[in-house]
Amino acid sequence: MRINCPNCGERDRREFYVKGAALARPAAAAALEAWHDHVNLRDNPAGELHELWYHEMGCGAWIDVCRNVVSHAVLSTALASAADLGGAR
Amino acid sequence: MAELIALTPCDGLLPLTIGRLSLTEDLPAAMTSIAPYAGQDMALSTALQAAHGIGFPAINRSTGKAGSRAIWFGQGMALLQGPVAAPVLAEFAALTDQGDAWAVVRLEGRDAEDVLARLVPVDLRRQSFELGHTVRTELAHMMASITRIGPDMFQVLVFRSMARSLVHDLKVAMAAVTARRAGLG
Repeated sequence: MRINCPNCGERDRREFYVKGAALARPAAAAALEAWHDHVNLRDNPAGELHELWYHEMGCGAWIDVCRNVVSHAVLSTALASAADLGGAR
Repeated sequence: MAELIALTPCDGLLPLTIGRLSLTEDLPAAMTSIAPYAGQDMALSTALQAAHGIGFPAINRSTGKAGSRAIWFGQGMALLQGPVAAPVLAEFAALTDQGDAWAVVRLEGRDAEDVLARLVPVDLRRQSFELGHTVRTELAHMMASITRIGPDMFQVLVFRSMARSLVHDLKVAMAAVTARRAGLG
């Protein structure tokens, strides 16, 4: 499996650590239900999934990786810092 | 106060020569990581040029030469090797002294690419990795910075605490490449 790091270019999977689904964080004052959903509930799609990957052995960037979990094809990558997942402050 | 004896990261391990490959320790006078503040990239590069005569390196590239070199060191960061970073740079970037934090070695010889090919999951052959190119990658499970500093010469950095592992892994690979070369006649 190869992942295209937006900084470094295409690299081997062993350079990366995967965190899990890339989710937009609710606002700090959001309802309990919204936070429960964010912390505990996950979709389990047989298809495309956005995840956060960390280029641990490389440039240290967090990357939003979209991949197909059935075929394992990596479809797109982008810097997580530009993906606006931090939610309202 | 006790008399403290300063030891280099690879003290007692290097230099090393196997076949036509050599591995030596480099000791830059100073090493400082430079991480530009948001929106200050251009101002920093100008200040770096004025203070040390080298620009801020692009991704996967280095600037300068032996004695005064800036290598790309990860997202939004470069490592200045050689001169002590001018205080004026602190206006545009976070400066962190890395002087004692890294083991710096130089791998030299015509088969240096073959040695690294056994340890690194990135293509470092000359057609794709030219003089001055650099990568942050994995070397035998260690986070490394690798830069081509000569036609057959690489600079490799890992955390100082991993110096012994680095030398061991490079030594085994150097011996294997040399043995294979001898076997081929």
